[in-house]
Amino acid sequence: MHLLAIDWAVFTEKLVLIIVVVSASLVIAMYSTYAERKIAAIIQDRRGPNRAGPFGILQPLADGLKLFFKEEIIPKFSSKFLFILGPSIAMLTAIMIGAVIPWGNKIHLFNRDISLQIADVNIGILYVFGIVSLGVYGIMIGGWASNNKFSLLGAMRAASQIISYELAMGISLIALLMLSGTLSLKTMVDQQMDHWWYIFKQPLGFLIFLVCAFAETNRTPFDLSEAENELIGGYHSEYSSMKLGFYLFAEYVNMFLSSAVMVTLFFGGYDIPFVNDHTLINTIGTNWMAVLQGGAFFIKIVCFLFLFMWVRWTIPRFRYDQLMNLGWKILLPLALFNMLVTGAIILLHQNNWHF
Amino acid sequence: MGTTQILFWFLSVLAIVGAIGVISSKNPLYGVLWLIIVFFAISGHYVLMNAQFLAIVNIIVYAGAIMVLFTFVIMFIDLNEHPEIPKNIYLKIAGLIAGLCLLIVLVAALSHSPTGNIEMKNGTNVGLIKYLGKTLFNDYVVPFEISSVLFLSAMVGAVIIGKKEKEINARG
Repeated sequence: MHLLAIDWAVFTEKLVLIIVVVSASLVIAMYSTYAERKIAAIIQDRRGPNRAGPFGILQPLADGLKLFFKEEIIPKFSSKFLFILGPSIAMLTAIMIGAVIPWGNKIHLFNRDISLQIADVNIGILYVFGIVSLGVYGIMIGGWASNNKFSLLGAMRAASQIISYELAMGISLIALLMLSGTLSLKTMVDQQMDHWWYIFKQPLGFLIFLVCAFAETNRTPFDLSEAENELIGGYHSEYSSMKLGFYLFAEYVNMFLSSAVMVTLFFGGYDIPFVNDHTLINTIGTNWMAVLQGGAFFIKIVCFLFLFMWVRWTIPRFRYDQLMNLGWKILLPLALFNMLVTGAIILLHQNNWHF
Repeated sequence: MGTTQILFWFLSVLAIVGAIGVISSKNPLYGVLWLIIVFFAISGHYVLMNAQFLAIVNIIVYAGAIMVLFTFVIMFIDLNEHPEIPKNIYLKIAGLIAGLCLLIVLVAALSHSPTGNIEMKNGTNVGLIKYLGKTLFNDYVVPFEISSVLFLSAMVGAVIIGKKEKEINARG
């Protein structure tokens, strides 16, 4: 296993990449909060934050400072260790998804080709799945450790919701995997650079995945776990200071990275639309190409982030039974149907039925 | 010691500490959390043996799904209200003897296994999903399909148990 015999050049390269990816996700998540408030303001015909800095651009910093300086309260009858563990796990699992996402093709620095992906594991999408399924623990542990009925109920709602929607998500992905024939995100992006984006081959699969992504990130209309009119504040009722900040922040990191996953899977990742990448790379060189690709990727992600926020401020929250019905009785059969149809078409193509 | 070996020892110790934590923790929720750590350590071993698919499936299925359900149940039944029933002394002795017997059998079985360098199957690709899929769907199709039928029947059974009795009776 040559990966583990430490090659210092690779080690530093990966370390720098990890630091960049993590801090970029955090900064983008930070400014997502600002963007969310501004978009909410536009939709609701208000001004939004405009006091800290020009156009309120320093508002996220002010919010962060406020959260850091607030008093930290740990409920007396809570289990202290788990109470701290909850938000930590939420944040950790949120950030870890960034490890398998290809942020660009590669750059050429110091006579080395540096891949802009932290780990090109050949089970990339399953890794994402594994991390998503662990994300539930952050909420559950936090909700339980608070020793508060409302927190526990919120945590339970969140957990059952995430488990339910994971199923439909997985099955909608199986159809995509049957088309691509690979689990590696990098290979998927390469396939989409030369052919059609997968959104055109899997529109239904994408729709199901999108809805499930909303549910997995606990965003409206699926934010029942923090329904304030039923549950006070949901699983983070008892949290204060930066631990609350971590929960709120993890949601935005999740949003950013799930947008990145969706772009990678269905919208060609860092592929620049309407451009032949192979000829462009010869004219402007590898590094500039990486910058352009990163830019294209980022623009696509921002579009998704906007969609997340747009939906939040226009669509009301589901009721609990509606949520479960949607997950089990609509999305799951639809995903199964999508899988069967995709499988049938692939089989017909393999047997030379051209149509 | 190479990195692989350091990782091997680290993961082994982690797995054993986690396993001891599972049986020694008073609060069942902590037990579940220790068990999750054990699953992670075992997944780490799978990765060391280049069986990435097995590793990630272990995490998705056991740590991600089954343990979530365990936590679910443990969180909902309030265990503090039902103090543990003190166990019979004879039961304790019987448990001790049974445990020791198991230990003797395990030690006897393992003492004959070849020692020496722990060889990691790094060169093989058996654990990679591509080869796994080919093996499953070429050599073991029938067992695979039969086990899928088994899972389906288990799912149907779970749904029927989960339904309220009234609904079943109403449908005759």
